Parts: sequence; C-alpha cells; structure tokens
Amino acid sequence: MSKRVALEASFAVAEAARMADVDVTAAYPITPQTHIPERLAEMVADGELDAAYIPVESEHSAMSACLGAAAVGARTFTATAGQGLELMHEVVYVASSMRYPIVMAVCNRALSAPLSVWGDHSDAMAVRDTGWIQVFCQNNQEAFDLTLWAFRVGEDPKVLFPVMVHLDGFTLSHVTEPVILPEQSEVDRFLPKFQYLFALNPDKPMTHGAFGPPEIYSEAKIAQEVAFRKSKEIILQGWNEFGNIFGRHYFPVEQYRTAGAKTLLLTMGSSTETAKIVIDERRDKGEAIGLISLRLWRPFPFEEFRQIVKGAETLIVLDRCISSGMGGPVFSEVRSALYNEVPKPKVVNIIGGLGGRDISENDFEYVIDRSREIAKQGSEKMLETVGVRGKMIGIRG
Amino acid sequence: MVKQLTWIDMEVGNIVKEAGSASFRRTGDWRTERPIIDKEKCNKCGLCWLYCPDVAIRPLENGYYEPDLYYCKGCGICAKACPREAITISEEEEK
Ligand code: SF4
Ligand code: SF4
Repeated sequence: MSKRVALEASFAVAEAARMADVDVTAAYPITPQTHIPERLAEMVADGELDAAYIPVESEHSAMSACLGAAAVGARTFTATAGQGLELMHEVVYVASSMRYPIVMAVCNRALSAPLSVWGDHSDAMAVRDTGWIQVFCQNNQEAFDLTLWAFRVGEDPKVLFPVMVHLDGFTLSHVTEPVILPEQSEVDRFLPKFQYLFALNPDKPMTHGAFGPPEIYSEAKIAQEVAFRKSKEIILQGWNEFGNIFGRHYFPVEQYRTAGAKTLLLTMGSSTETAKIVIDERRDKGEAIGLISLRLWRPFPFEEFRQIVKGAETLIVLDRCISSGMGGPVFSEVRSALYNEVPKPKVVNIIGGLGGRDISENDFEYVIDRSREIAKQGSEKMLETVGVRGKMIGIRG
Repeated sequence: MVKQLTWIDMEVGNIVKEAGSASFRRTGDWRTERPIIDKEKCNKCGLCWLYCPDVAIRPLENGYYEPDLYYCKGCGICAKACPREAITISEEEEK
C-alpha cells in the first residue's frame, strides 16, 4: 500500500532518490537545497540507503564527481541551488554533452547581488541552454514524482541525458505538505536498474571525454542536439507509464480551466498553485480565463504549447527572472515560439517574484487586469512588473 | 588522413570505443625545441623517462634512454629532471 505522509519537498526529493536506490550522490550544501543532501547523508549513515555519499568541497567538484560516477554506470544524484548551480556551470554542460544521465534537483534561488538565498528562477534560466532535460514542480508531490521519473527518462538508452528537476526554494523546498509515497515494488516496476552500455571498464578500455578539434566539434554538437530533441518521445512515454502505475498524470504543458479561454496566464513552478485560486474565482464569475504552466522547459514543448494557446487572444507570461536588457526569458521564448503562427495571441510580459518576493492572489489580480490593459493598448512597454514599489515611467526598450 | 565522420557516425557522448587512439596523433610537430641526451653523462637512472608528461622517452635495450620525436613536444621537463645534466634542449632548425 502506498502511504500518505507529511513531507517537506526536500525530504520528498531525498525519499525519491532513496526509493530509486541511487548508487552515488555527491553534493555540496547550499541554502535552500541543504535539506536534500543532509537527509541523503543521514539515510546513508543509518543504512537506509546503500550508496556512496561523496562530500565534496564545492559544487564544481560535486558535478565532477557525479560525472565520474555516471561514467562507470552508477545511478547518480545531486542537488544544488542559486550560486551553487552557477559555480557548477561549466561541468553542467559536460554532463549533457557526455550523455551522463545524472539527476539533479535545483531548489530555485535568486542570484547575487544583492546576496539573496530566497527564491526566483534566475538560476534555472542561467542553465537553460546546457542540454539538460528540465522540468518544473508546482508542489511537493510533484517534486517526489518528477525526481523518480527523471531517472527513468534520463537513463533510457534512447535518451542518456541528465535531468534537472526545478522546485522553488523555500516555497517548496522548506514547506511541508501531504505526499503520497508509493510501495517499493511499484517503484521497481516503474524504474528498471540502470544499465549503461558504455560504462568505463578496465577489461574493455575506451575513451570518454576525448577532445573535439574543429574537424569534429560541429558534428558532435548536432548529434547531441538531434538526440536531445528525440528524447521528447521517451519523456512522454515516461509520463504515460508513470500515470499507469501511480495514477498521477503529467504533461509537457499543464492546463487548468483552459477550455474556451480568451485569456491565458502562464506561470512556472509553485506560484501556479496561487494563480489557480484567482483563476477559479474569475472563472466562476464567468470570465473566459485559464491557466497554463510549462512543466517541460527543455526540450521546449513547441507542439503542445502552440496547440494549447492558439485559440487565446491574450497570453500573459509571469517571469520570475530578468534577462537584462531583454525582459523575461520565458516570455521571450514563448513569444518566439508563436511568432510564425496564425492566429496567435498577444503576448504580455510581467516580471515579479524576484528574490523571494511573494506573489499573492492580489498580485495575480493586478497581473491579469494590467496585462489586459497593455494588450488593449497594443503597444507594450518593455518592462512591466508586479509587486515592485515605485512607478515605472518611460522605461522602454 | 582521418575519416570524415558525419554527425550520424558520432557515438553517444562522443565515446571513442578504441582505447589508445592518442598514439595516432603526432604531437611532435608542436615542438620548437628538442631534447638531446649525452650518453657520456647519462647514468641510466631513468628519471627523464619517469618525468616526461607525454611518455615520449623510450628505454633502449642497452639501458639508455632516447626521446621519441614523433610525440616529444619539447617541453624541456626531462632536461630539468636529469640529475646529471645530460640533456640539453636545442632549438629546432627550419626544415
Ligand atoms: S622535452 Fe618534454 S616531451 Fe620531450 S622528451 Fe623531454 S619531457 Fe618529454
Ligand atoms: S635523467 Fe639524465 S641521467 Fe637519468 S637516464 Fe635520463 S638522461 Fe640519463
């Protein structure tokens, strides 16, 4: 029997790694990710998890140790956040290019300066081009589910890419919610043992990580990109199978009350749950408004996204990050995904929730009303915010 | 001539399934200076062989050592390592 327990999202992630029976975890503690490696270290020390826990001196080393572990075919897990992910940055690229299916939870955190340990999506957006499969969680159950799912998808011989599971720092990582934990037998049915065909083996020597001079680098990158795009098929299969076994269903673009919606709000991560309350109120009053959330961030779900938003008149994108001199990164991607579509909604961008600033129901009310005004005016300012003190006047692109 | 691989030929993660393929790569043509061993001074201690980062010093049957100029990059480490100062580094001449 599965059981329903109260768990912090961080502990739910650690529990998923334990039930996945990871072989190696190497991590460096950083707020707000700390509870994940702490819990894993405890599990290893108490004999609940038979794994090597490698304490390292930095995130750069954490990911490097993970590369080594994955290279010999170990099921490998790590977690980080904010500055830690930045320090790890160059090795994050290596993991995907060398096709090591490491699973990493990222407790999303703002980037310094000013120094902030609190949540936003700046860390996630800084690694969006690294070639990892990336998903966003809205609650603790999803943090558990998607961590488990990440191993299955990443390790599939047709995929062999690392997977990043994004969960909001503090608003998820440190919040306790009910989580349904499955039976170990169900997990084992969903997640086969990791069998890596190219594991390093002294009896059959081969080279991992050879250098790529100009004669071969382009071919290597295109091969990687083609394989990455093809991984979508297994991503969907993985969610299908997950739904069959556990009864919870995941989609590349999650929809909430979108039928016949003229206005769509797009959020990522935990603020989606707050937005649902506002959507409910407005829907119940008869407004044609719905909510969508990008579950799958990489590879970008072009097809599903276009299909879902094509009937809407206005698409409001709430970004919890600024791409300096550009705007919201999610906004700029979804707008470009729609550019050649006919018909397509007007896309409006609002930036908020930076560095742990709450996004309340009232904020969402403002976001929706203000976006409709902007859409009606036809001209868009380049910088629109919510929950920021001080009037924005004449700030144009 | 290296075979021109297309992207379809690439192994997953660009793995090279044959080990030791670096031996095909002539690194000797990076060299601007070459080591020359003076057998008169050499006492066959083998430190040059041990220290060469490119494994480019070859032991000979008679106990002496000799740089393999196909790989030797001319870094000069062997000359520094030699306790007998038997190795001199001299500039490569234009061919
Ligand atoms: S010069 Fe450098 S590369 Fe050449 S034999 Fe001496 S140590 Fe090796
Ligand atoms: S280090 Fe000098 S003395 Fe020793 S073997 Fe080499 S050349 Fe001879």
